[in-house]
Amino acid sequence: MKETYPAGASGRLEIHIKQKSYRAATGGRLHVLGELSISLAKGEVAALVGPSGCGKTTLLRIIMGLDRDFEGVVSLPADCRLGVVFQEPRLLPWWTVEDNVRLAAPGASPAALNALFATLGLTEHRHHYPGELSLGLARRVALARAFALEPDLLILDEPFVSLDADLAERLRAELIELVSRRPVTTLLVTHSIDEAIGLADRVFLLSTSPAHLAADVPIERPRTSRSADEIAVIGNKIRSAANSA
Amino acid sequence: MKPALHLGSIMLLLLTWIVASHLIGERLLPDPKAVALALLDEARSGALTFNLSVTLLRVLASFAIAMVLGTVIGLLMGRYPIFDWLADPWLIVLLNLPALVIIVLAYIWAGLTDTAAIAAVALNKLPIAIVTVREGARALDPTLDEMATVFRMSGRARLLYVILPQLAPYLVATARAGLSLVWKIVLIVELLGRPNGVGFQIGAAFQLFDVTRILAYALAFTVVMLAIEAFLVQPLERNVSRWRLRPA
Repeated sequence: MKETYPAGASGRLEIHIKQKSYRAATGGRLHVLGELSISLAKGEVAALVGPSGCGKTTLLRIIMGLDRDFEGVVSLPADCRLGVVFQEPRLLPWWTVEDNVRLAAPGASPAALNALFATLGLTEHRHHYPGELSLGLARRVALARAFALEPDLLILDEPFVSLDADLAERLRAELIELVSRRPVTTLLVTHSIDEAIGLADRVFLLSTSPAHLAADVPIERPRTSRSADEIAVIGNKIRSAANSA
Repeated sequence: MKPALHLGSIMLLLLTWIVASHLIGERLLPDPKAVALALLDEARSGALTFNLSVTLLRVLASFAIAMVLGTVIGLLMGRYPIFDWLADPWLIVLLNLPALVIIVLAYIWAGLTDTAAIAAVALNKLPIAIVTVREGARALDPTLDEMATVFRMSGRARLLYVILPQLAPYLVATARAGLSLVWKIVLIVELLGRPNGVGFQIGAAFQLFDVTRILAYALAFTVVMLAIEAFLVQPLERNVSRWRLRPA
């Protein structure tokens, strides 16, 4: 009924879900995900967009292997190293910023860590404890942690939510810089269609719960050369798909 | 401010003692000077150091056994319901078994030996340690657990860097309550079945109604335990909470 993680030979991320439901507190079952297939090529950056409560986080938990109670198949690239940025930073409060990153990525070289901290503006915070950081900084540490282990698959669950617009913009730019420096298959959940178009090579639009794929919109132009007009056109396309879903 | 108040409070205690000693009489409550002289006497003969160290070794041995076993069992029971269901009835029996029963049975079954004495004390402390650590293990943050899972942290790294730091406040609480409980039970164990140690000395003094010697030994050992609290437990506590934000 559930076959999880046969080693994918192709280096692709393949997700075929038949259905996923929870036992509701009041009895009966709550249907969260319907039939749903997603496939990502190596190095592709995809955004997952959908109304709130449609099951995006559930889908991510299935891909991460945290939830095995579903019907379907998930196959990760062979020997896949997984880097995750959760919705909340989820740092260990009793270790410093640097320790937090090292614990997740014991193999990272000092030079690589220095570069990573420099890119994310964390150099002066290396020896701070998470409790001493603002939310924006803590989110950057979570990004650093996910990148430090040089993942083959990067999963980000609304990593820029509840940050002010400027800071979110800066972090998005930092994320783009990181994935262009070292291509990594990336799946990003976001509420914002503009954010999705700004970051991704393709956008998956989910319907309301039980979620199925409402639209799969590839974006041909490279991220850096997308003009405001093009982004608006793609945005409208996705929004109209969302309305008809 | 704080040291001055502490000092004042100690002076007041001594004063109360002296006054009470005059009211009740030297025989029932000797004054601080008499106790200090008795202490000096015991120290000169070497008996004080010997008995204090024997008792302290028993305290440390039984404390260490209870803490290690309590942490392991408490962690298992808090993390895995199956252990909890299996071990909970045992735990309740052990929690409600009077210290005296455990001590007497240990001596009957294992003889009047140090092994029996230390095991009996450890067994008295163990269930309380288990209960506290289990509470801590139930309060472990599941989101950090998921983080450790997706980042494929090794079992050892998980235990040392994710789980134990979360348990630290519970461990310090058990350690603190445990030390004071353990040393009190060690004295009973020594009174009942050992030929040396502070408990044995107090028992001997009791036979002779030698209140001065009883107070001398009680005081000496209390000072030892206070020193352990001040120089070992409190620094440890500060160390495990070093990451918390301190008010500026």
